[in-house]
Amino acid sequence: MSRHDIGRIALWALLAAALAAFPAFGSAYLVYMACLVAINVIATAGLNLTVGYAGLLSIGHSAFIGVGAYASTLLWLHAGTPLAVNIAAGALAAFLVGLVFGIPSLRIKGVFLAIATLAAQYSLYFIFQQWTRVTGGDRGLSVPSVSVFGLGDTGFYYLVVMLAALLCLTARNLFRTRIGRGFIAVRERDYAAEVLGVDVVRYKLLAFGLGAAYAGVAGALGGAFLRIVNPDQFTLAVSIFFLAAVVVGGRASILGSILGAAFMTLVPEMLRALLALSSSGGTVDLAGLLSPLREIIFGVLIVGFLMWEPRGLAGLWDRVRGRQEAIDSRPGAA
Amino acid sequence: MNLLMQFLEYSLIGIASGGAYIIAALGFVIIFKAGNVFNFAMGEMMMIGAYLFYAAVMQLKFGWPVGLLVALAGSALLALLIERALLRPMIGRPVVVLVMITLGVGSILRGVAGLIWGPNIIPLPEFLPQQPVFLGDILVPGKLAWTFVVFGALALAFIAYYRYSRAGVAIRATSSDQITAEGLGINIRQVFSMTWAMAGVLAAAAGIAAGAINGITPQLGDAALSVLAVVMLAGMSSVGGVVVAGILVGWMETVVGAYLGAAWQSFIPYLVVLLMMIVRPTGLFGEQRIERI
Repeated sequence: MSRHDIGRIALWALLAAALAAFPAFGSAYLVYMACLVAINVIATAGLNLTVGYAGLLSIGHSAFIGVGAYASTLLWLHAGTPLAVNIAAGALAAFLVGLVFGIPSLRIKGVFLAIATLAAQYSLYFIFQQWTRVTGGDRGLSVPSVSVFGLGDTGFYYLVVMLAALLCLTARNLFRTRIGRGFIAVRERDYAAEVLGVDVVRYKLLAFGLGAAYAGVAGALGGAFLRIVNPDQFTLAVSIFFLAAVVVGGRASILGSILGAAFMTLVPEMLRALLALSSSGGTVDLAGLLSPLREIIFGVLIVGFLMWEPRGLAGLWDRVRGRQEAIDSRPGAA
Repeated sequence: MNLLMQFLEYSLIGIASGGAYIIAALGFVIIFKAGNVFNFAMGEMMMIGAYLFYAAVMQLKFGWPVGLLVALAGSALLALLIERALLRPMIGRPVVVLVMITLGVGSILRGVAGLIWGPNIIPLPEFLPQQPVFLGDILVPGKLAWTFVVFGALALAFIAYYRYSRAGVAIRATSSDQITAEGLGINIRQVFSMTWAMAGVLAAAAGIAAGAINGITPQLGDAALSVLAVVMLAGMSSVGGVVVAGILVGWMETVVGAYLGAAWQSFIPYLVVLLMMIVRPTGLFGEQRIERI
């Protein structure tokens, strides 16, 4: 074991210790935000599998999150199964729905596929909203509180952070396997990949399904965390939020997904704090300003990063450390 | 007999409301044909056009004819700006990236409109005749009838321009082969600019029509989903097909809405899109240009 390796292990151990000790020192608000960031990291990593690695543009990610949230919550409410089962069920349901909406990718590609995902977004939202008997319509479903490891909210924090870490590691290692390499091959040159024996159709469907499964986990966790599931959590704006997180963080980078999700979750919070600070006079309608400003900032971040730093925050990070990749596995500037 | 009359009335209203879809869809298609950019900000361009009209007529107190010109010109200018500043530098990047840029632009436009004009519904000034038009015994609301007439004329003028003018030929040449077109002396950058400016005008016209009927909000752009359905049904690249598909989608929405309720009305566009994706991705009139796999 070289010195370099020991340093790296020490760094990871330090990070794990910091995350473990966080609830002891952070305020309830900070722990709340940390949970939110971790949940968003899972969803962003999932979207990055589809958009970043496999190159399939999906504008319907929040709908898959919704499928996970509704599936797990309904199972919980009607069957009373434990949380682990609900999360797995949410992931499975989202995976299957993801496959269904991935079917158009059997026949079409590129922009047309993006339209199919847009249709998925709207039609799933329609179902969430209109199937009142099951989903509770606009009012949604309330979720009973859950105590994880007998630690209440802190226990939930540990669960979410551990799941996020686990899923990020899985995603990272996926790209050292045949499946992950297949995704990248399909993204770069699909015809060539087909000639080399990569079953393009299967890999595309799989990329869709896996991304949706991650979304399903995030949805199940988010429902249990916010203790309410309603259609307004799964709008097109939320899908754009996650797309922005992928672009800002860095496409085809798991580090990027973490950075992007954290950045995008925290920016609106900082914006809120900044607005509250600047309008202490109290005449400005804060809520009215906040949502349009957020849309502007999301848009500017998407456009800005695509134009000037296509590899996102992860690219910036590499640049700061002066590191060049030996093999460029990312969708580059070319 | 009464039922039949009712059905015919709904049908006519539906066909008339397809006019705005046709106009917006033409804007979509022309940008896609020339530059292969799928413009997800089209709905937001419609919305901004409608707000410009509102600002010119109600806030700056121009009369409505001047206001209309201001709105169309302003929208064209905005489209030019988007193309020149944000999309021109990205030429040659993967299509997915260009599409994401237009999504970002849409988000920015929505936010800007919300910031300036607030989130509430604003009624547009009445500038179209209110009296309903009677066709035999069938009644069509005045606004709808007149927008359909105006838009029919606008769409025909546009298609004629596209078919027969030098500029139209240049656009079509660029769409069929960019490199050859450039080699033959067509300034394809100018063609890109021109298509975006045209799309800006068409978007503003469609946005004003949509706003005249339902009022304007920053969410007006959501109507673009119906436009998307029109484009998918027509096939991405067919200018003529857009007219037929626009009327068809407008008709379906109104008839379904009348008999099954408003919720189903808003579901129709997605249904059309999904079915087209699965059954015939090239659309009814599209060329076999969609890449498969």
